[in-house]
Amino acid sequence: MTIEVKNLVKKFGSFAALDGVDLKVDNGELLALLGPSGSGKTTLLRIIAGLDWPDSGEVTFNGEDALAQGARERHVGFVFQHYALFRHMTVFENVAFGLRVQPRAVRKDEAAIRARVKELLDLVQLDWLADRYPSQLSGGQRQRIALARALAIEPRILLLDEPFGALDAKVRKELRRWLRSLHHEINVTSIFVTHDQEEALEVANRVVVMDKGRIEQIGSPDDVYESPASAFVHGFIGESIELPIQVEAGVIRLGDRPLRLAADGLAPGASKLFVRRHDMLVGPPGSGAFEGAVQHVRNFGPVQRAEVALSGGETVEIDAPRDKELRAGDTIGLEPRRYRIFAG
Amino acid sequence: MTMQIADSVSLSAPDAKARARARAHAAAAQDNLRTEPRAVRITIIALAIIFLSVFVVLPLVVVFAQAFSKGILAYLSALAEPEALAAIKLTLIVAAISVGLNLVFGLVAAWAIAKFDFPGKTFLVTLIDLPFSVSPVISGLVFVLLFGAQGYFGSWLRDHDIQILFAVPGIALATTFVTFPFVARALIPLMQEQGTQEEEAAVSLGASGLQTFFRVTLPNIKWGVLYGVLLCNARAMGEFGAVSVVSGHIRGETNTMPLLVEILYNEYQFVAAFAIASLLAMLALITLIAKTVLERHLDEGHDASDH
Repeated sequence: MTIEVKNLVKKFGSFAALDGVDLKVDNGELLALLGPSGSGKTTLLRIIAGLDWPDSGEVTFNGEDALAQGARERHVGFVFQHYALFRHMTVFENVAFGLRVQPRAVRKDEAAIRARVKELLDLVQLDWLADRYPSQLSGGQRQRIALARALAIEPRILLLDEPFGALDAKVRKELRRWLRSLHHEINVTSIFVTHDQEEALEVANRVVVMDKGRIEQIGSPDDVYESPASAFVHGFIGESIELPIQVEAGVIRLGDRPLRLAADGLAPGASKLFVRRHDMLVGPPGSGAFEGAVQHVRNFGPVQRAEVALSGGETVEIDAPRDKELRAGDTIGLEPRRYRIFAG
Repeated sequence: MTMQIADSVSLSAPDAKARARARAHAAAAQDNLRTEPRAVRITIIALAIIFLSVFVVLPLVVVFAQAFSKGILAYLSALAEPEALAAIKLTLIVAAISVGLNLVFGLVAAWAIAKFDFPGKTFLVTLIDLPFSVSPVISGLVFVLLFGAQGYFGSWLRDHDIQILFAVPGIALATTFVTFPFVARALIPLMQEQGTQEEEAAVSLGASGLQTFFRVTLPNIKWGVLYGVLLCNARAMGEFGAVSVVSGHIRGETNTMPLLVEILYNEYQFVAAFAIASLLAMLALITLIAKTVLERHLDEGHDASDH
């Protein structure tokens, strides 16, 4: 199933949750909508599901107008952030719900429903919980039951709202891997919403970065990480150093200090320079584009993180390999291996 | 460890004394906070018990004592009077009608308020409470003004030979009006707390509106519904003021139990009056017990929703 969204606008009062969104999702994709809270990603998901309606714009499934149908007719599996399991039903009845409410003409008989629920519970590896109530399950189990329930109706599209948001870090990692392999197995077009960049980059084959009701960038996880299209994307994805710079007469300045960086093709005026923390290479004083004094150093897994006060007046955090000798008080040169400059 | 030793050694003598004093002071203050002196405690508890005994238990005992003062036979024959039976029957009919209507109205109102946003919502919530804040006598008078012979619809009703005032419809209307808030009030907070996610999940799984209501919404609020119905019923059966205005006090026809109690009492038929009153008192006791049971279920429901 392909999904196409054209020029979608949705306002809540004067707040524009979606401000002209265009998006095309290919058949069988696993797409992540990534953005901070208030970026409109959940609203977009709910409109695709038919749980919310846009003020203007189009949504089509395989070229058919989806907005002409209600949520009930769209055949979309939706997994809610807080699961929304039916609390008065057992796990089994939760998963069976979508099968039991079908019109009599197409409804499966009891034996077929039982077989299908069993199959789904096996798929999410929780068949032993069939007789429990949702309140007796852990967060990760509820999540998987919610997924099994959504899959029961053989949805044309699977939508997941912050699927791992309410889980602790370890369970979250396991479920991520599990979701990716599950998607591989059932291969239904899927969109999930997340504010966690690691989650988006690890699970999705394509990432849509949103901010303030607009799409900032659409691309593969590599694309959005390696070639961010805007200052927002660079700042939001990956650990970035952000420096306010001035471009004047072919020279880039940080504060009053000119930087030894090429200014070719840059518009004059105020801009922002972005560098990944690990792309700042440490050298002897006077060796790089920047110079600074090390304030403190902390060891941090495979790297050491140093806080450096740059001459020109900004303090930044850089990640250097552990074998590099760095001490508080050292003066060092810093050379950005890769950097990007965005106007504004 | 070394730090601690250094600390205590460096402490000068007066300093240490001051600290000890402060500690003792703090402990005493905390003691005062936690427990009042024994005498005060006993006085407070005794006051509460005496108050409850005089104002709640004593009247209840008196009702039953009076009802049985001439023996159980007199009690039973008082209840078997045609007038008494008619009053009991009318009360049951009126309660059934008004509880039924308020169940539907209450569900609809609570649903609208809890699950949707619309202009005038706050106003509607306030309006639901109106019957609680207005004197029941006024509630009754409103219906007299509307349906009485001189009322707005009076002549039309007379032309079509429809009797509302001084008949069952009037009594049922007044009772329904007075008891309107109970079901809605019991359901609004419950439904607001539960939100709309389960309903949204049901719809996205292909359930129709009715299926969603009967399979998802209603099971989630059933204890709240019962709770509201229980309180609504207790008030409907016990309502005096509003019913008194619209009933007309036609003996054997438009007297509900509370009205009959008053009439019998004014006629010095104490045994009969208190016999009927004892039924109302028993209704109150049963309501109280059922309410306690339901509240326990409601609490469980809240716990289960604590994901």
